[in-house]
Amino acid sequence: MERRRILLCAGTGCISSGSLAVKEALLNELEKRGIADQFEIVTSGCHGFCEQGPIVIVHPEDIFYCRVQAEDVPELVEEYLVNGRVVDRLLFKDPISGEAVKNHMEIGFYAKQSRRVLHNCGVIDPENVDEYLAQGGYEGLKNALQMSPVEVIEEVKKSGLRGRGGAGFPTGLKWEFTYKAQGDKKYVVCNADEGDPGAFMDRSVLEGDPHAVIEGMLIAAYAIGADEGYVYVRAEYPLAIKRLRLAIEAANRLGYLGKNIMGTDFSFQLKIKEGAGAFVCGEETALLASIEGERGMPRPRPPFPANSGLWGKPTCLNNVETFANIPLIFRIGVEEYTKVGTERSKGTKIFALTGKINNTGLAEVPMGITMREIIFDIGGGIKGGKKFKAVQIGGPSGGCLPEEQLDLPVDYDSLTAAGAMMGSGGLVIMDEETCMVDLARFFLTFTQKESCGKCTPCREGTKRMLEILERITQGNGEDGDLEMLEELATTIKDSSLCGLGQTAPNPVLSTLRYFREEYEEHIYEKKCRAGVCTNLVSYFILPDKCVGCTVCARNCPVNAISGERKAPHEIDQSVCIKCGVCYEKCKFDAIILK
Amino acid sequence: MKENLEKNYTEDPFDYEAVEEVLERYQDEKGALIPILQAIQEAYGYLPREALEYAARQLKTPLSKIFGVATFYAQFHLTPRGKNIIRVCQGTACHVRGAAKIMQALREQLDLDVDGTTEDLKFTLESVACIGACGLAPVIMINDDTFGRLTPDKIAGILEKY
Amino acid sequence: MTKVNITINGQQLEVDASMTILEAAESAGIEIPTFCHDPELTRVGACRICVVEVAGARNLPAACTTPVSEGMVIETESERVIKARRVNLQLIWANHPQDCLTCEKTGSCKLQDYSYRYNVTGSPYQGEAKVFELDNTNPFFFRDLNKCIYCGKCVRKCFEVNGAGAIEFMYRGFNSKVTTAFDVPLEESSCVMCGMCVDVCPVGALTPLQGLHNNRPWEVEKVLTTCPYCGCGCTYYLHVKNDKIVGLTPNFEGPLKGHMCVKGRFGWDFVDSPDRLKTPLIKKDGEFVEATWDEALDLVASKFKEVRAQYGPDAIAGLSSARTTNEENYLFQKLLRSLGTNNVDHCARL
Ligand SMILES: Cc1cc2nc3c(=O)[nH]c(=O)nc-3n(C[C@H](O)[C@H](O)[C@H](O)COP(=O)(O)O)c2cc1C
Ligand code: SF4
Ligand code: SF4
Ligand code: SF4
Ligand code: FES
Repeated sequence: MERRRILLCAGTGCISSGSLAVKEALLNELEKRGIADQFEIVTSGCHGFCEQGPIVIVHPEDIFYCRVQAEDVPELVEEYLVNGRVVDRLLFKDPISGEAVKNHMEIGFYAKQSRRVLHNCGVIDPENVDEYLAQGGYEGLKNALQMSPVEVIEEVKKSGLRGRGGAGFPTGLKWEFTYKAQGDKKYVVCNADEGDPGAFMDRSVLEGDPHAVIEGMLIAAYAIGADEGYVYVRAEYPLAIKRLRLAIEAANRLGYLGKNIMGTDFSFQLKIKEGAGAFVCGEETALLASIEGERGMPRPRPPFPANSGLWGKPTCLNNVETFANIPLIFRIGVEEYTKVGTERSKGTKIFALTGKINNTGLAEVPMGITMREIIFDIGGGIKGGKKFKAVQIGGPSGGCLPEEQLDLPVDYDSLTAAGAMMGSGGLVIMDEETCMVDLARFFLTFTQKESCGKCTPCREGTKRMLEILERITQGNGEDGDLEMLEELATTIKDSSLCGLGQTAPNPVLSTLRYFREEYEEHIYEKKCRAGVCTNLVSYFILPDKCVGCTVCARNCPVNAISGERKAPHEIDQSVCIKCGVCYEKCKFDAIILK
Repeated sequence: MKENLEKNYTEDPFDYEAVEEVLERYQDEKGALIPILQAIQEAYGYLPREALEYAARQLKTPLSKIFGVATFYAQFHLTPRGKNIIRVCQGTACHVRGAAKIMQALREQLDLDVDGTTEDLKFTLESVACIGACGLAPVIMINDDTFGRLTPDKIAGILEKY
Repeated sequence: MTKVNITINGQQLEVDASMTILEAAESAGIEIPTFCHDPELTRVGACRICVVEVAGARNLPAACTTPVSEGMVIETESERVIKARRVNLQLIWANHPQDCLTCEKTGSCKLQDYSYRYNVTGSPYQGEAKVFELDNTNPFFFRDLNKCIYCGKCVRKCFEVNGAGAIEFMYRGFNSKVTTAFDVPLEESSCVMCGMCVDVCPVGALTPLQGLHNNRPWEVEKVLTTCPYCGCGCTYYLHVKNDKIVGLTPNFEGPLKGHMCVKGRFGWDFVDSPDRLKTPLIKKDGEFVEATWDEALDLVASKFKEVRAQYGPDAIAGLSSARTTNEENYLFQKLLRSLGTNNVDHCARL
């Protein structure tokens, strides 16, 4: 009898919401009932819908249960696995219609996606290489090894693949440069430093489908003539490191890594290097310095890594998602691959949706889809029915797009033209309660802290920009601040050594471009319309909503609230420190921010 | 992130065994300074000065270079740290969903500043850049455990578990 | 050597393809400001004061690290370039003491020179400035890191030329600091006090103690001379004011490119020492009495003869000094052998 397959997500997101306990409970329950042999329990990689975790999918019928806890397991087994009655309360509820959705692919979040690079994520057990092989794993490598290196590079060029790590540089071209560079030794390096706050697609790929990255690196190594490679993973990703390590062991065991791969005279060994906590190490030259055991400070380019990279040798460095695209190209062929995408951006891109959106998680979409589709169809719209304000694309190096720009087809060039950038693919969605000045301040805090300190404009300039933004959000903005910000931003972009400094001012410039009036309100009217900048807002109690429960007054740390029991209360503005405790505690929405 | 370096020398005679073992393990690896420092920190809980001086001699590398690397990366610590490390995520999602209030609650309850360690060496409080659990924002990690969808009133209960 | 054709500030040039924009500009007599560049050290492109405008480039590349290429059109003083240089200078000033009046570097400070050139009078940016304690623990120079502009030349000099590796960039970003391991005073580090870091510092962060507050660069005459300490023969310029030596700069153009050791760099104050012997002394009745060279040499010669006659030539031995050259050592052994002894040695062997 065919065993039914229960997929249990064991990505970092689901594990932290308790999926391992669910697995244990499930095993126990099935054992207890003596039906364990009818089921195959597979711990998979991430399904991308982390907020709904832990996720349990039952095959073949493809029923999707979410937020399953260990306590739910007996009911799930009894009702569904044994008696075939769907457990409604564990189904996904559509955030707009409120209706329960049974099947995986019917959920809006998945319906518009095009899961090609992620086709294995959430489907196979990433710790079991056989499952990868069963999905066509290492076939791409086999096909590539039958071509000459030049032909392989030609295929990648024809695929139109562009680097997914941020800059969108054509991958085939990069391989060609490295192939042509003179050197007795060459390296392939995978950039898995993913430091952009809010992005986690590379982690999910490594956790959910590590062999795809290895296969992509192997094809690159064959093409450029490398026999050694490194994956530089941030140390904050222990699970990804573990799964990658297991995958490398398995690939070595099966002869996909090591000497004379698949009977050819191509050999390749792969090592893992763990990062040590520095965002700038995602920049390629800093990353290489870090592998060499140095401070992760970027070096001037040229020379580019393709000519002089790791230990001065020609080095091909690509991002995780870029490498994960490669096996696909060689498995399904260029023609099939290029059917998806736009003229100058082929294939798909994985985005990480976070912020004030209903469906947070990872979504792989075809290039050319509009931002509106991503946010409203896949993302399920704005949380709590609030109004969309802007979306920040590309994290701290990117920029924001307002409502008017949402119908822009998403690709590398259109985003850059609109003042944002593809970046790694982080999407932070903001609603009317997000203050754009505070947002710019937040991103600058990040880049300022992560500046390596090597060059003057970034080391000194980001600090001054941040100080000006802090002043504005604290209500001390002055006439001339915006001009000063713009002047600093221009110089930092123009004259910084590496991409970190060259892009650090982007969030400020793009919020200034689309939301300048919010800055002006902060400076001239001392007003924060989103109610975020505490120095610029006050809390008020609405007398008609206040029932006089006294909870606010009891919790106020400075006793700023007075009022009789069962009568409307009042906040003494001269005492209030704007901590917001009352606002959080009031159960009757009687406290507002103005 | 400036640490008080005076705390860096231990009072008891220093036990070199672990650092000797680490250096032996990596002796054939090129450019292994960062993994070596990671392993030393794993063994001692921080980077003791004696161990760095020993490593500098063995690796024939200037101590200044080792110190430069150790102070560049956020992961490395030059002073002893608490048994349990609390990391408060400052990622975008967490920021938008109230990480600052979680941090405030932790600081109050532990009577600590960010990057501080409690007197009894039980807790060290840190902020980290995104830990990649944005769907669960706001999030903190204590050692390897993640706690998500937090509100300030949940903090006391969580701390009690340690 | 392959050549390429480029245009700098409208001037057409044919230059070596291996040149950087900075080198090409220099070859045409066009001066581009630099802080972190030193032809002898690794190129780091850190200070960004040398940025120039290259037609077609998105950003302003650094002249010191960007190679020329065929057809490149470069502007070294365009409006955009000047704006970037001005803002970067202002950014440095926001974190730099404004005490040029008493700073030893006045007159030979690049920050001052470029601020003058681009009319930067200070900084419009207020905010946090770093405060570092003065390190004046060693007898040769003091470190005032409040004036450091992070060009990193001292670090590269110490690692790449001296090999002492005493100082490095520590911490990161705005908190960076150029210092020793564990931030100990230089004397407790692997520093050998060669002073080479002092001589490449473009600002007043590293200052020799000799000559403090008694001379300005425009008051001194620079006299090229050769170091008397050892046979290497390093050359340097002594700074002379009112017939007294008040300072020293290495000769960067000489065969040793300005390399120095602690003795040569700082050990010249004996010249004006009251204890210094200016004539030979001969002991008469238990007292040293000044004598002429002829008197002294006659005495030595007669004593040699006396000893040889009485005890034989092997009773004489000669020990030469590390301050002598090969040629002098050759003559020295000749002299001793002419006295009949092979007992010749050198202090370097002790
Ligand atoms: C500050 C900074 C951080 C970066 N972080 C990453 C990163 O985390 N992951 C990544 O793949 N690329 C990152 N990049 C881009 C890399 O420098 C490089 O362009 C990329 O890894 C090349 O791979 P690709 O061509 O496949 O995109 C970063 C760049 C900068 C300037
Ligand atoms: S731009 Fe910033 S991160 Fe990049 S080299 Fe300069 S200081 Fe370092
Ligand atoms: S004096 Fe010489 S050895 Fe000492 S820090 Fe300066 S360059 Fe290095
Ligand atoms: S001390 Fe002087 S030479 Fe050294 S980095 Fe600072 S400014 Fe440059
Ligand atoms: S002189 Fe070119 S960057 Fe410093």
